[in-house]
Amino acid sequence: MADFDTPELKDFLETPALCPGAMEHSKPFVAAPNHQEDLGFPGELVENWQEKAIDRMGELLDTNRALRVYLDSCVKCGACTDKCHYFLGTGDPKNMPVARQDLFRKVYRRNFTTAGKYVPWLVGAEDLTEEVLDDWYSYFHQCSQCRRCSVYCPYGIDTAEISMAARDIMDHIGVGQKYSNEIIGKLHKIGNNLGLPEKALANTLEGLEEDIEDETGVAVKMPLDVQGADILLVTPSADFFAEPHVDGLIGYAKVFHAAGASWTVSSYASEAANFAMFIGSQAQMRQVAQRIYDAARDLGVKRIILGECGHAWRVAYSFWDTLVGPFDFLDPAYPHPVHICEYTDDLINQGKLRLDKSANDDMTLTFHDSCNVARATSMGGRPGGQFEIPRNVIKAVCNNFHDMADDTIHEATFCCGGGGGLLTDDLTELRVKGAKPRMQALNAVVEDHGVTHMAAICAICKSQFSKVMPYYGLEMDAIVSVHQLVSNAIVLEGSIQEEELDGSAEDEDGAGDSAATEVTVASED
Amino acid sequence: MAYEINGETYEADEEGYITDIGSWSEGLAGLIAEDEKIEMTDEHWEVVNFLREYYDEYQIAPAVRVLTKAVGKKFGKEKGNNKYLYSLFPYGPAKQACKIAGLPKPTGCI
Repeated sequence: MADFDTPELKDFLETPALCPGAMEHSKPFVAAPNHQEDLGFPGELVENWQEKAIDRMGELLDTNRALRVYLDSCVKCGACTDKCHYFLGTGDPKNMPVARQDLFRKVYRRNFTTAGKYVPWLVGAEDLTEEVLDDWYSYFHQCSQCRRCSVYCPYGIDTAEISMAARDIMDHIGVGQKYSNEIIGKLHKIGNNLGLPEKALANTLEGLEEDIEDETGVAVKMPLDVQGADILLVTPSADFFAEPHVDGLIGYAKVFHAAGASWTVSSYASEAANFAMFIGSQAQMRQVAQRIYDAARDLGVKRIILGECGHAWRVAYSFWDTLVGPFDFLDPAYPHPVHICEYTDDLINQGKLRLDKSANDDMTLTFHDSCNVARATSMGGRPGGQFEIPRNVIKAVCNNFHDMADDTIHEATFCCGGGGGLLTDDLTELRVKGAKPRMQALNAVVEDHGVTHMAAICAICKSQFSKVMPYYGLEMDAIVSVHQLVSNAIVLEGSIQEEELDGSAEDEDGAGDSAATEVTVASED
Repeated sequence: MAYEINGETYEADEEGYITDIGSWSEGLAGLIAEDEKIEMTDEHWEVVNFLREYYDEYQIAPAVRVLTKAVGKKFGKEKGNNKYLYSLFPYGPAKQACKIAGLPKPTGCI
C-alpha cells in the first residue's frame, strides 16, 4: 500500500526507541504562489526572509502574551516527551513536544532574550538558518495542534500555539502549506473547503432528500437559503460529500424534522471548518468566521447550530465572539453557539424523539473524543459536558457501547493523526504512524469487548480513520458519525420504521402502548 | 510533473492531477490510469465519464453518495456502494477517479 511500514500494534502502548531523523523527510507540498497570494501572503520565499521572519515573530510576541510565556517557562522536565501521538508512532525525537517547541524557542532566545543575544551557546539559542527553517517546515507540519501534551505539562505550555505561530511566520515569508492555504482560498471564493458551488450543493441536498424519503417514506427536507428560518446549520462541507459524514448530515435532518424545527443551510456560509486556525492567522480566521456571521444575520435566524466538526466547534465556542461578535441579533433565549449533539441530547432528555435502539444492534460502539472538542471546549454549559453529551446521545440510540482505556479518552484522548491541517495525501506516512496510539486503544476494545465501530464528531477524524484503519487491518467503514447512529434509530412519525414497529394503521389496537415502551432515553452502559 | 503522449506534454501538479482540464483526452486518461496501476474496464470508463459529465454541469466532482447512486442505477443496486467504487479505484473514487477523469482534486476534510 505504501513505501513505509505500518507500526505493529502490541498489547500495550510502548514508548518507542529513539530514531533521530526518522521523519525528517516528511514535508507537505508547499503552497503555490497563487494559493499564497489569495490569502495576502508572499507567493514565494522573500529575499530578506530571515529578517522578515524575526520581525513577524516580534509582532506575534507583542500581540500574543501567552506565546512569550510558553517560550520562557519550559523547564525541560520531560513530562510531555511521551505524550505526542506522532512521537509514539515514529520515535523521532523532534516529535517530542519539548523538542518541537525548542525549534522555535532557540530562535526566540537568539533574537529576543539578552542571554541569547550575547551568550547563545550557553542558552541553546540559534539563528534562523536555512537548515532551521527546513526543520520548521517539516516538524511544525508534524504537529496536529491536538494539545494533548499541554494537558500533561505542569506549566500548561500549549505546543499548538507555538506550531501555529511558526506556520504563521512561514506564511509571512512565502513558505505556506499547499493543503491548508489552497482550501482557505477556496472558501473565500466559493464558501466552503470543497469548492462546492451553490448549484451542486442544491443538487446534493435534493438527492439526499430523495434518499431519506426512499428509506423512511417521509419527506424530510434539507432546506437551503431559507430566509427567516429559526436555525442556521453550519456544518463541515465534508458532510455534503464524503462517507460516513453524509450519514451524519442525514441524521441532523431527521432530528430537525422530528423536532418540527425550522432550519436552513446557507450556500454563502456552507462550511463550518476554519482552517485559518491551523495556520495561526487571526486575520484569516476572522475573515472565515465573518461569512457565518453575515449569513446568519442576513437570513435572520434565531440560533446557529454547528454540525459534527471538531475544530469548528472550538472556533465557534472559544473565538467567534472575539473575532466577529457580538451575535446580538440572535435570540438570547437560546445558548450560543449550539452543538448539534447538545441539540439532540436536549430533545432526547425531553422525550421528544422516538428511538429504536435495536436498529443499531449490529454494532458495538466506542467513542473517539476529538481533540479540539475535548481539550478546547465544553458542551451543555457544564464541565465535562463535551465528553458526556456525545456519549449520552450514543447510549440513547445504541444498546452496545464500550469506552476505550481511560488514558486515551476525554481530555487524554489521542488525536486521530490527521488534525491541524495534516489531512493530506502527501502526509500519508505521518498520518498512518500518528494514528498508532488511537488504533492501539481501539484494537484493545475490539479484542476484549467485541467493539465493531467507532463513532466520532469531527469530519477530519472520520476521513482520517476511514483512510488509515485499513492499514491496521480494520474496515474503512468501522468509523461512523454519531448522528448516523441517531439516523438509524430515530423513528419518524408516519415512517416505514414506525409502521414496522407498531403494525399498520389497520391493526392499530394497542400500538400506543408498545410505542411508549420503545421511547428510550436511558443511558446506562 | 507532466504526462507525455506522442511527444506532447501535459502539465500536472505534484500529485498528477492535470492542470488544464481542457487538455484531457481518453488517451491521456489511459496514461494516468497506467501510472495509478489501474486497468481500465468498461466500469472504470463509466465512472470516469459520469464524473466528467457531472463536472461539466456543476463545476465539481459529485459527492460520493451521488456517484454511488448513479453507479447503482447503471450497474445494478449491489454495486451502488462505496465499497464497490473502492474496488475499482483503491485510492478512493473521489480522488483517484477524478485524477483519471482530468478533474481537479477535491479538497477539504475528505
